[in-house]
Amino acid sequence: MPQEDLIATLARIVPAERLLTRPGALAAYESDGLTSFRSRPRAVVIAESRQDVVDAVRACHAANVPFMARGSGTSLSGGAVPIEDGIVIALNRLNRILRFDPESRVAVVEPGVVNLAVTALGAPHGLYYAPDPSSQSVCTIGGNVAFNSGGAHCFRHGMTANHVLGIQAVLADGTEVALGGDSLEQAGPDVAALFVGSEGLFGIALEITLRLVPRPQVYRTVLAAYASLQAAGDAVSRVIRSGLLPGAMEIMDSLAIEAAEAAVSPHYPADAAALLIVELEGEDAQVAIEFDHLMRVIGESGATETRVAADEEDRARIWKGRKSAFSAVGRLSPDFIVQDGVVPRARLGEALAAIEAMSRKHGIRVANVFHAGDGNLHPLILYDGREAGAHDRAEVLAAEIIRLCIGLGGSITGEHGVGLEKRQFLREMYSEADIDCMRRLRLAMDPTELANRGKKLSDAAAGGMSHGLHPLERAGIISRA
Amino acid sequence: MTISPASIEELRQAVAAHPRVSLRGGGTKTGLSSPVSPSPVAQGFSPALIDLSRLSGIVAHTPEECTFTALAGTRIDEIERVLAPHGQYLPFDPPLSAAGATIGGTVAAGLNGSCRYRYGGIRDFLIGARIVDGRGGLIASGGKVVKNAAGFLLHQAMVGSAGRLGVLAELTFKVFPRAESRATVRVDAGDLAGTLRVLSAMQAARFELEAADIEAPATVWLRLGGFAAAMPSRLDGVQRAAGAPSNRLEGEADAEVWRAVREFAWMPPGAALVRVPLTVGRLAGLDTVLERAGVRRRYAVGGNVAFIAWTESIDRLSATLETVGLTGQVLRGPAGRSLIGAVRPGEFERRVRMVMDPDNRFGGDA
Repeated sequence: MPQEDLIATLARIVPAERLLTRPGALAAYESDGLTSFRSRPRAVVIAESRQDVVDAVRACHAANVPFMARGSGTSLSGGAVPIEDGIVIALNRLNRILRFDPESRVAVVEPGVVNLAVTALGAPHGLYYAPDPSSQSVCTIGGNVAFNSGGAHCFRHGMTANHVLGIQAVLADGTEVALGGDSLEQAGPDVAALFVGSEGLFGIALEITLRLVPRPQVYRTVLAAYASLQAAGDAVSRVIRSGLLPGAMEIMDSLAIEAAEAAVSPHYPADAAALLIVELEGEDAQVAIEFDHLMRVIGESGATETRVAADEEDRARIWKGRKSAFSAVGRLSPDFIVQDGVVPRARLGEALAAIEAMSRKHGIRVANVFHAGDGNLHPLILYDGREAGAHDRAEVLAAEIIRLCIGLGGSITGEHGVGLEKRQFLREMYSEADIDCMRRLRLAMDPTELANRGKKLSDAAAGGMSHGLHPLERAGIISRA
Repeated sequence: MTISPASIEELRQAVAAHPRVSLRGGGTKTGLSSPVSPSPVAQGFSPALIDLSRLSGIVAHTPEECTFTALAGTRIDEIERVLAPHGQYLPFDPPLSAAGATIGGTVAAGLNGSCRYRYGGIRDFLIGARIVDGRGGLIASGGKVVKNAAGFLLHQAMVGSAGRLGVLAELTFKVFPRAESRATVRVDAGDLAGTLRVLSAMQAARFELEAADIEAPATVWLRLGGFAAAMPSRLDGVQRAAGAPSNRLEGEADAEVWRAVREFAWMPPGAALVRVPLTVGRLAGLDTVLERAGVRRRYAVGGNVAFIAWTESIDRLSATLETVGLTGQVLRGPAGRSLIGAVRPGEFERRVRMVMDPDNRFGGDA
């Protein structure tokens, strides 16, 4: 079916105001949170019902035109950058809560429901949805499922995959499937988990069954300042060795602190080289004792200053500073790359020293924000895109950091996914046989590779982003803003 | 014919060399480890049983990382012995460890214990695996770090796959620090409705329980873990909130209760052991039909799973489960019927199986 016929078919699925084809209307859909890449889709279908999505996928399949689902477009790996001349199926209006059973602690939601809306749903029943990516006030559950999103509480609570019990989806060839169920336990292979993190390569989730968890009786949030990043990293190891299991352990370096301070004034200790946030959670009596242990451990760790959140407002301010860090860095630099890599926690100090050395070698500033309990680094590489070659130099550094993570036995991504950004590194982390298995799984669900084509598994030319043009740019599929 | 590979390489060769294989770990879940092929002899080839108990050993344990890697045939009790000196444990509370259960068999069965209620099940702690596929190829999924969004979560799909997608060769887990002390509250809730009210009260008070089991018809078992110094006031709180007569079990008495639960010591000899995932909302409906059948049963993980001791024909239980729309997994019982009741193996699963085992060596298409 030629493209124009596909547009005509789509026009029969949704009314004209929900089928965008004019350049002006498409502009808003050209990029995502990884702003270096941009491409223009042929059309955007704004779905309002499950059937809209199924019909649109079937039409694309019949026409052999690539398509991609999009939520709020907050992907940091380019996962929601449209395929040039493909179809975007926008899911924001599929934002209904289909079922909520507080007794069983289960909610069935549509993919366009915003992450925090699930927590709001549970709140009157003392429940919340644990995965908390920094973008949780806007990002959608559908996107969280596609990229197995994380957040600040993963060490104790896990990632999105650990909170998804069931999924109903339409596969790329139009087949509707039901995976998992609504129990914490299940019989048979856990195929719902396999759908999570598939980055849209299998199809589109239509209904997602989530588990909610009881909100802890109390939180105790402690802020400790250190004279070096190394000292803050060592403190994390001490906390783990002490047998405590905090809900979150986060570190920010001086540049990230400066940025957060400028953006949202969280009143972090001034002049700290590094800041450690440790949050305990649980039953009142238990946490009271944990808190004493924690304060002793931090006292022995050489902290230059320690503060304890006095109340919920204080706690919210501490977290606001941390969660705003990515965007806040925009105040320090016109452009920046958010990197996402994982190292074994015990090698955190080594990794940070290496990143500092790389930063010096390239003369590029790097701000560090990371989920220390998970060994999940988020170096923010600052550059000025107006300077000739600056973006390329920043990408060289970004690639060196990812190779460092692989070399230390870690991962190329902790929570942002592979997307467009890291396809060539997937091959450095996994063997040919592993990748081949991934590719065969993709082809089993999507024989003509229409769903989110070009992401995650697509062949990346050797060199990739360290050699200027992105392979898809070279191929004329996408272009840079 | 039984083959006992002692290395991953030998395992690969064993899979490749036989047109139909079935798998066995510690042999504690006979309903899953017995050969499933429908008369393979009649189809002209002899089935091979791969016994994984020699593919054993802890490959790495990094206490600082809270991770370990073990070969699939490693016994659970051996892993627990290695973790314990570092104050760590397996939070998914794998059952049948004293009986000789292996880590691979536990993952393949997807079998969690009661104390998984606190932090999660196998799926929440398995971070990587090496898998031998249906053509003897070795595939790695996941990794060795606790957080990882690269690749597909194929290793998590192996949880509960019962050997139909591939052979687990090596597994990597994250683990947690073990609580300093534990204690149990036993509540006499009067009747089943009373037990559900107790669970509801626990949730409303936001207690963080290690386990919340119902022993039908009317007893609730609640376990707490944490610092010993906090335990008395927490136990007081739980007993107060329970709103029904209760008593405490501490020290060895607490340990003994849960050791017995882990080994299914309450099962009458000769009964089939059937596991049924469910939700609290569907518990009462299931219990009504089980009560009528007069069988012993226990609900674990806050009402998310039933364990049933079934002494009659499995077909009858299958029909019963079908009527209430639930699926059962036969852990111990007659061979060849690992899933009963409302079983709807979907198209997605079929496609995954075609990728992992195109020649149907593992009998998933049987």
